[in-house]
Amino acid sequence: MRSVSTVRGKAVPMDRANVDTDQIIPAKHLKRINRTGYGPFAFEAWRQDPDFVLNNPAYEGAKIMLTRENFGSGSSREHAVWALDGLGIEAMVGISFADIFKSNCFQSGVLTVELPRVDIDYLMDLSITTPETELEIDLGEQTVGTVDGVWAHHFQIDPFRKYRLQRGLDDISMTLELGPDIDEFERQMPDWLPKTNSD
Amino acid sequence: MSKTLFEKVWDQHVIDSPLQEAARREALAESGMADHEEMLGERQVLLYVDLHLVHEVTSPQAFEGLRQAGRSVRRPDLTLGTVDHNVPTIGRELPNPDPLSAKQIEVMQNNAQECGVTLYDIFDERQGIVHIIGPEQGFTQPGMTIVCGDSHTSTHGAFGALAFGIGTSEVEHVLATQTLRQSRPKTMSVEVTGALGPGVTAKDVILAIINEIGVHGGIGHVIEYRGEVIRNLSMEGRMTVCNMSIEAGARAGLIAPDQTTFEYMKGRPKAPKGDEWDRAVERWRRLPSDDDATFDREVLIDGSRIRPFVTWGTNPSQSVAIDGVVPHPEEVPATQRESVERALTYMNLTPGTPIRDISIDRVFIGSCTNGRIEDLRAAAAVIDGKKVAGGVSAMVVPGSGLVKRQAEEEGLAEVFKAAGFEWRDAGCSMCLGMNPDILLPGQRSASTSNRNFEGRQGPGGRTHLLSPEMAAAAALAGHFVDVGDGPSAVPA
Repeated sequence: MRSVSTVRGKAVPMDRANVDTDQIIPAKHLKRINRTGYGPFAFEAWRQDPDFVLNNPAYEGAKIMLTRENFGSGSSREHAVWALDGLGIEAMVGISFADIFKSNCFQSGVLTVELPRVDIDYLMDLSITTPETELEIDLGEQTVGTVDGVWAHHFQIDPFRKYRLQRGLDDISMTLELGPDIDEFERQMPDWLPKTNSD
Repeated sequence: MSKTLFEKVWDQHVIDSPLQEAARREALAESGMADHEEMLGERQVLLYVDLHLVHEVTSPQAFEGLRQAGRSVRRPDLTLGTVDHNVPTIGRELPNPDPLSAKQIEVMQNNAQECGVTLYDIFDERQGIVHIIGPEQGFTQPGMTIVCGDSHTSTHGAFGALAFGIGTSEVEHVLATQTLRQSRPKTMSVEVTGALGPGVTAKDVILAIINEIGVHGGIGHVIEYRGEVIRNLSMEGRMTVCNMSIEAGARAGLIAPDQTTFEYMKGRPKAPKGDEWDRAVERWRRLPSDDDATFDREVLIDGSRIRPFVTWGTNPSQSVAIDGVVPHPEEVPATQRESVERALTYMNLTPGTPIRDISIDRVFIGSCTNGRIEDLRAAAAVIDGKKVAGGVSAMVVPGSGLVKRQAEEEGLAEVFKAAGFEWRDAGCSMCLGMNPDILLPGQRSASTSNRNFEGRQGPGGRTHLLSPEMAAAAALAGHFVDVGDGPSAVPA
């Protein structure tokens, strides 16, 4: 996993609630067996509309996406995060995120920052009226703010999660180091669990 | 200390890991970070996974990741694979016309073989939707932890198992370690009291619940469904309820195991046998929430007020009773107005239109929500010798090969076919529109599936969610009707 320290850039306002993963990446594009190459299909249906925010050249190169509540709801498809990553999005800032989507973002090193509605209203308005506004998210300081320093907000994150993000640590290799503890748990497990390999 | 069902299952699966605690402390010391007490709720633990279900769409990248890192599957004996999401439901014996789909199925077959994972492959009669086959075979048992790279894994919660969907990176983590790093969710009790009225099904119960708590009301929570209405549901009905927990934002939904659960399970291929069965039942009887256990949030719903529901919008909370009308945007809270307006535009519906006056083009009966034998029996009972309305195209996609065979043996397939329904092979099909079973742009469907998102069943398609009975009745009438009104509501 890539390491994360700060994300600085323009923020594209996805001013909608409950954006579901079927919009972020439609099912017909889930037949591929790679982790990359989903960017061109992101928000495929909505991009048919010339007025859709991602078609606005003013937000080209945005690294942050602003959104409202329950972004990433629906399907567990991690392809949704891969598609956002393919668009160049490195951080999501919204009121709330769907549980599985949030977890998938963490796995790919895409930051999710949750802020109260009043702050999202402010940032949404800012990026709609002045698209060139740059935001900076500092994981170390746990802050999100405008680069001119006019507005800043603290956000919470589990310290151990933060540590892993900052170093780009791979969860699987860390868990494999806990092998002896997992072995011990398995030794104490009841033997009634159904086995898939016996008839 | 008293515990909820969820807390009992969770606590039994948290791995006490001194190594993990040491690594965490070392990390915090190294980075000079304080170990904030307020972060306790966020703090991740290592959770053991008793059963890992894999399918062709969300697993290829996970197996590839293992291969690239030189890792192996830790417990192939606790892992089960099938192909369901993109398999054709017709003409399976012919070459797959979609090369990407064919490749994905082939990759699943190769990965299963290489890693020693049992696969219910495309021509295996046990093949089917991953959340149908687990319970059907008796793999799904009370008190287990079950995960799958699919958000509807919550279905298995109907047995009192803690079951939830995960992303592909987590699939890889489970394959390699049989564990997951998880923060402890909050608990929510949803109690449905009273008795259901005529024509009201488990599907209407869960649509009513989602309508009540909203599509993000369950974020960060595990729901336990309780109350008289839930207790009186069959296992199939309980699975329908738990299945759609994710549509309320909850990652998992559980129902306490009881005699109904045990009767459903007894004799299934993977269920315990003989003395082991008795010991298992004794263990399972200890799982229900203690009487004085408390939940972080409690919701009470009067089941006697639930009517057959139909969704009118583009998320599963946008629903109304069959005798209702399409809502006016001015009537909803200001924060929801824009999304209601967007939904009405997408769905091409005019506010104030009676739900009964909405005509449909397609009917889909199937999916992990409503693709079980009881669902097919209920739909067939409504048909009762009548015909699908002119201009309507209707299909039934059984949830598994075994459901299909049983329905054929019971004569249900003949009922559907005689009425003009297409009778297909098992898979996810038009629920998510990955295979050729899709709506054309502008087509309107009555669907027993779980999501009415824009384009879910095909680009430009318009989906209305409802119960199998209501879907069958709509197929015959060509528009929505109230099955609660009895046979006279459905045209001959």
